[in-house]
Amino acid sequence: MAKEKKKGIFDYEAAPESTGHVQIKEKYDLFINNKWTKPHSNEYFETINPATEKHISNVARANEKDVDKAVKAARKAFPSWSKLPANERGKYLYRIARIIQEKSREFAVIETMDGGKPIRESRDIDIPLAAAHFFYHAGWADKLEYAFPGRKPKPLGVAGQIIPWNFPLLMAAWKLAPALACGNTVVLKPAETTSLTALKLAEVIQEAGLPDGVVNIITGEGTTGAALVDHPDINKIAFTGSTKVGKAIQRAIAGTNKKATLELGGKAANIVFEDAAINQAVEGIINGIYFNQGHVCCAGSRLFVQESVAEELLWKLKERMNNLIVGDPMDKNTDIGAINSKGQLKTINHYLELGQKEGLEMYQPACDLPKSGYWCKPTLFMNAAQSNQIVQEEIFGPVLAVQTFRTIEEVIQKANNTPFGLSAGVWTDKGSKIFNLTSKMRAGVVWANTYNKFDPTSPFGGYKESGFGREGGIHGLDAYLKFD
Amino acid sequence: MSKHLFSDIPPFTPVDQVGVLDRISRVQSRSIKKSTKMNGLELVLTMIDLTTLEGQDTDNKVRQLCTKAQHLHEPYSELPNVAAICVYPSMVGIAKKALGNSGINVASVATAFPSGQSSLEVKLLDVKLALDNGADEIDMVISRGKFLQGEYNYVFDEIAAIKEACGKARLKVILETGEIGNLDSIRNASDIAIYAGADFIKTSTGKIGKAATLPITCVMLEAIRDYYHKTGTMIGMKPAGGISTSKLALQYLVLVNETLGEKWLNNKWFRFGASSLANDVLKQIVKQKTGNYQSADYFSID
Repeated sequence: MAKEKKKGIFDYEAAPESTGHVQIKEKYDLFINNKWTKPHSNEYFETINPATEKHISNVARANEKDVDKAVKAARKAFPSWSKLPANERGKYLYRIARIIQEKSREFAVIETMDGGKPIRESRDIDIPLAAAHFFYHAGWADKLEYAFPGRKPKPLGVAGQIIPWNFPLLMAAWKLAPALACGNTVVLKPAETTSLTALKLAEVIQEAGLPDGVVNIITGEGTTGAALVDHPDINKIAFTGSTKVGKAIQRAIAGTNKKATLELGGKAANIVFEDAAINQAVEGIINGIYFNQGHVCCAGSRLFVQESVAEELLWKLKERMNNLIVGDPMDKNTDIGAINSKGQLKTINHYLELGQKEGLEMYQPACDLPKSGYWCKPTLFMNAAQSNQIVQEEIFGPVLAVQTFRTIEEVIQKANNTPFGLSAGVWTDKGSKIFNLTSKMRAGVVWANTYNKFDPTSPFGGYKESGFGREGGIHGLDAYLKFD
Repeated sequence: MSKHLFSDIPPFTPVDQVGVLDRISRVQSRSIKKSTKMNGLELVLTMIDLTTLEGQDTDNKVRQLCTKAQHLHEPYSELPNVAAICVYPSMVGIAKKALGNSGINVASVATAFPSGQSSLEVKLLDVKLALDNGADEIDMVISRGKFLQGEYNYVFDEIAAIKEACGKARLKVILETGEIGNLDSIRNASDIAIYAGADFIKTSTGKIGKAATLPITCVMLEAIRDYYHKTGTMIGMKPAGGISTSKLALQYLVLVNETLGEKWLNNKWFRFGASSLANDVLKQIVKQKTGNYQSADYFSID
């Protein structure tokens, strides 16, 4: 397995994105009531670059008192914000979208520094999509009555939003844009390893001139999130993250009248039939599992291949994996960047050991990994079965488990044979097969002949332990409104 | 229903356009800089089939082109030569003489180029004319009309007959991808050409509006890869027409490198059919060496 990557005549020389234009403060306070506010605890924690393990900045740790302050600011802002003419709310959102676009390079670089994802992805996917979510919801702000004809939509009040570390700015956009468009005020908590772009977004919100207290951004670890969930004056919790924390949130809000949407884990089936365009399916499998180092809740982590084409698909998949460039996320040619944190790398490595211990054949391409930082080679486990633990549990890393199947009935049964139900993929040249399968797949999103495509107009969310509620599209608005 | 009545060709292989375009967007996002760029540019030069295929071609025009082929840019005479000159059969003798022992091949289009609308007898004579005049390589066109009528046997047999007539000369088979339909058809035609004996498959004649593109080339390279995996036999690839900038040419190299690997990154297995590409590559090479762009007037046109 420890093969050295041999030098090629056309190896791509390093092409690093410049970082000189980026402005990061030495220390970030909490963003409450449109002002940078020192945390009550006076405590700050370090945020590092997972590709180098080097210090980037310090971020304030919010405790219960800070949470209370933020919620009070949001509550105070709610009456006037919710009564603002809807097209005025829209104007603010358009303004945020445009400022994100103007600063897109800076956002992309910071996202990559703080989170470890390749600059190609933050530049081409995360940041443009974040702007798109604000644009899309800006358009809805004054048209809500048309989205829900005859139902008189009203905002919920104060929303507490807790977002994960895999798509920091994009998840902030997913959460903030619909909440604000619907007239709610917000307290947002980014993940502790990736707070920086959310704090940059706070600067954008200041620049856009939003009224005081409409958006409050507080940083901290799980305890901060728990304090937000437990705060009595919150009307709605929106959470994206692990199933474990999602369950804890459910327990915490039981018996209150807090509304919730939870977008949790996944273990998606990506199904390739023998009549599929195999070469393109390979590309889709790669995008499905190795996008963002596999730190994707809807990652296509369970590959089902019809037995008759398994051999062909596997050699092609391995060849494609050999071309993936793992390394410095700031390099424009990097396909797979750094694992987000030491803790996550430990989790992934645990599953790599487990897979081998379970007797599965493992494949990793030969590639040199940087000396410092957190890295995992793209990994394939072959000859897996539904009974393998690495097939059952979410790994949240660049690890693909491959199973073969014989018939369409069998694969539908096995694809649904999981506690999760966030997404699925199907690859076939036959349209009727797609419709048959998509109607039987118990997953919130089903992609056909493509994978990991996102758009603000399209609702996203899960079944079963993948959570409930939808984000994006008209369905996503519903989650931030109440009706008479 | 099987589309092929003979067993020599593999079954129909579907292609998904969306996936191909996804793949190409990844290829285009590769950043080719510094030494990689320089190596790539020199490689591109060695892969060019410098082409003139005009009704107005004259002996002197062909001689001038041959001079250009041997003296790409005098201030940097250490630069490599192009791979071949590509001309009509009637011009092969002139080109052969003008190129002497430069090592540059003469490729000739044949088989009622560009339409291919003639009988096999005439096409074989066309090939014979080119070979008798000394052609090293033959660029044939497939019968698109027959292909579109579903007469794949005819297309296959015709290619096989031309291949036999070529003897030692290497055969490039032009699919004229702009005339045969979508990516599925392009894959199908690629398989027919390869299994019928093509040494190279080539996208276009350059005589219709639609010429080579990265997605089309991607599909053809996949056909080559599948055949190589099955048989161990390498087949060459030549995109032609519409490739006039260095940046695009380098993207083609990335595509070849990541689809077939570096075994294909030489002019035995990969060519560009192009007339204006060479000067753009030279301009970029001079820029890399001196740091300055020079105007087009500093590069000879023949």
